[in-house]
Amino acid sequence: MVSARKGIIRDALGIGIASGAYALSFGAISTTAGLSLLQTCALSLLMFTGASQFAMVGVIGAGGSVWAGAATAALLGARNALYGVRLSSLLEVRGLRRAAAAQFVIDETTAMAIARDEVMDSRFAFWATGFALFALWNLGTLVGALATHALSNPRVLGLDAAPPAAFLALLAPRLRAREPFAIAIAAAVVALVCLPFVPAGIPLLIVAILVGLYGVFRLPAPRGGRRAAPGGESH
Amino acid sequence: MLWAGLLTASAACYLLKLAGLSLPARLLQDARVQRTIPLVPIALLAALVATQTFSTGHHLVLDVRAAALGVAAIAVVLRAPFLVVVASAAATAALLRLL
Repeated sequence: MVSARKGIIRDALGIGIASGAYALSFGAISTTAGLSLLQTCALSLLMFTGASQFAMVGVIGAGGSVWAGAATAALLGARNALYGVRLSSLLEVRGLRRAAAAQFVIDETTAMAIARDEVMDSRFAFWATGFALFALWNLGTLVGALATHALSNPRVLGLDAAPPAAFLALLAPRLRAREPFAIAIAAAVVALVCLPFVPAGIPLLIVAILVGLYGVFRLPAPRGGRRAAPGGESH
Repeated sequence: MLWAGLLTASAACYLLKLAGLSLPARLLQDARVQRTIPLVPIALLAALVATQTFSTGHHLVLDVRAAALGVAAIAVVLRAPFLVVVASAAATAALLRLL
């Protein structure tokens, strides 16, 4: 029991440190996209879900409207609702504790919590990972943003070319089967084909609608297929 | 305007997390919802990679960002940590611009 907790703390810190490093790049990319230090830190504190944050600043940095960025961020955050469903029976939180727990419902905390056999270990893993991540994610964001603010021109370091690499690194762990791979290729092609004809940011929403229609109307997967698991955001 | 968008998006992301913990499970356990939602980040992230690499404004372009993405893809295949993937792409773009 005690050694299980020690193992959980060690894993939670490991995940926190890895995400802190990845938050450095968020701070840098957000600053390069033109967000102020306060705006960058507010996103990590308030939004606190990596893919949505990268998408928000990526769309703004590429000249899209802030609302197109906001819609993309929200669509990317929809998967957290599914994680919440899986966690609600494990955590059994009410009132203020639920309001606090909700902010921690993301890929990493879900993966850590559902990997335990004992429900008390699951809860401990959820909160330990949540606190470690929240602290180091926000610290990493602040350091990354401050360091980039100190540069006179972030373009010199190629930071304006960094967002696609960040999106690719977030995407790669989700491409372990043929279907997601085909969807990724199709989405990339559709977005590029619409891009010259619609306002900035709208190709993303077109892609989101199409994949939604595909998911709703395609034939059900054969029984016994692998259930969707939370994709790891950090490595 | 920027602040309004940032705060609205943050609130939406928070409410989605809270909805999962709060709504009756059956609402989100519909088989179609369960299999569709995980596909959304795949499609959006792929579209973001493509549009932010191969376009400027409304024009499709091929520039140093394509090479930067290629280097990032190699780093991903080699299972490099996130920061290394991003830094290698940025360094590639910076070096090619110096040439």
